Amino acid sequence: MIGGAQGRVVRLAETARAPVRFWFDGEELRALKGDTVLTAILLSARALRPSEFGPEDRAGFCLMGACQDCWVWPETGPRFRACSTPIAEGMRLLSRPPAPWPEESEA
Amino acid sequence: MSQTSQGARVLIVGAGPAGIRAAGTLCAAGLRPIVVDEGARAGGQIYRRPPKGFTRSPETLYGSEAAKARALHGAFDALVAADALDYLPRASVVALSDGVAQVLNEGRIRQVPYDRLLLATGAMDRVAPVPGWQSAGVYTLGAAQIALKAQGVALGQQIVLAGSGPLLTLLAYQLRKAGAGLAAVLDTSSLTTQMRGLPGMLARPAVALRGVTMRARLGRLYHSGVTLERIETDATGPVAIHWCDRRGRPRRTPCDMVGLGWHLRAETHLADLAGIVFDYSEVWAQWLPRADAMGRAGQGRYLAGDGLRILGADGAEIAGRLAAIACLQDLGLPAPDPRGELRSRARMERFARGLARGFPWPAQMVRALPDDSIICRCEGITAADLRAGAVLGGAEANRVKSLARVGMGRCQGRYCQLAGAELIAAGAGQSPQAAGRLRGQAPARPVPAGAYCDETGQ
Repeated sequence: MIGGAQGRVVRLAETARAPVRFWFDGEELRALKGDTVLTAILLSARALRPSEFGPEDRAGFCLMGACQDCWVWPETGPRFRACSTPIAEGMRLLSRPPAPWPEESEA
Repeated sequence: MSQTSQGARVLIVGAGPAGIRAAGTLCAAGLRPIVVDEGARAGGQIYRRPPKGFTRSPETLYGSEAAKARALHGAFDALVAADALDYLPRASVVALSDGVAQVLNEGRIRQVPYDRLLLATGAMDRVAPVPGWQSAGVYTLGAAQIALKAQGVALGQQIVLAGSGPLLTLLAYQLRKAGAGLAAVLDTSSLTTQMRGLPGMLARPAVALRGVTMRARLGRLYHSGVTLERIETDATGPVAIHWCDRRGRPRRTPCDMVGLGWHLRAETHLADLAGIVFDYSEVWAQWLPRADAMGRAGQGRYLAGDGLRILGADGAEIAGRLAAIACLQDLGLPAPDPRGELRSRARMERFARGLARGFPWPAQMVRALPDDSIICRCEGITAADLRAGAVLGGAEANRVKSLARVGMGRCQGRYCQLAGAELIAAGAGQSPQAAGRLRGQAPARPVPAGAYCDETGQ
């Protein structure tokens, strides 16, 4: 798990919701329906992704769509903001872009 | 004329307190506005609603403001239920040109034509860099409040909140009440400075008293007049924050989360793209769009809420009504009398100026940032890089941006612009105003290239 085995986020309320199962970097994790992808991942992980420009990891910053810090990747399809996307049953998510760029894989 | 006016398409951007009240006022006059909002549910940030299926009451979520939240949500839901407007939730206006807004929604760009534009885009945290702030586990104060309100979670087990402004105290109070672990509340404003804002704040004595009461409940967790030195981190996030108390004594507080924020910064990107003129405000220490007291910016453009002036949620409701009234007047339609709202707005402004004075931007702390501090959080650009850019290109924000890339990252300067201007100004021995304002570029949010390709079928 990115950044270690312990989660960052702590639940304080609203715990009586239906469970949701999803995968992050291949690991099966649990969250609750209504969690954002950010909440869902950070309940189990310390970060969402590594920084492209420094040694540190990133775990979101503004949670309101302004900072663009919280991108994650689905295994197929375009990246999205974890803070404003609800978690869904069976989502398969990655902390890094899924595959090499097409031109690299063709080379 | 009246037929055209009745059919006028008014595009409202934002469905917080300002946008909702603007929409209600226009609908009451018989218009059918278009409301584009980034939220999944209308309410904005301060009256943000949790997703469906969450059960906490408005009293738990919004405290003393529960009745206002309920009224605002109810008003908007009723407009939607009555099919009185076109509502696009989870959608971002990313560009504006020639009476057409490009709206990003579900990965696609839609063209939305409009006759009049009413911007109610709100505000975001005004953040000053603190060495180590690029680490995972450092958030804005607003982020911590959104996490609590909309998700029922705390962003750490041992939380330090640092900065200044009304949200610092309010959030600390809310987190404690919800059972979160709060290690310290560090206010860079001294009690002396806060007292300077008091005469203005007394324009709304009940609100001022509520703040003082919440502050008192924090007891010894709260420290005023501090200087933040750095956030100590390991590979996964914060382990402590280093700061100096008001007497200059060094302190270290262990923590696993740091929330930062110095009051608010108006979200003005779309105002910029709409061609509205900006002026530097010494009071709010930021660039703000120019408009009259009604929110009229000329050429069919209107502004309301914190995106125009940081008057808070109550002020935003008033400003939303005023901007809509201005729009109706300009269309030659019957409009409510604005005089009462204008008086209320003036009182909100006196109070807000008091807050701005009492909880200022930490200019000296930013100017003293060491060379290796990250200024641009998006791309990891340091104070040294920025200072070198200013030496090479001259003390102007846009030139420094082109050389040092501070302001060119994915947040488009939202979180580095003010600190960048402060550092440029310090290097040149001038004011941040003289460093100029970063010009906003479209798109206002990152847009996947595919979203444009779909539009033309290519």
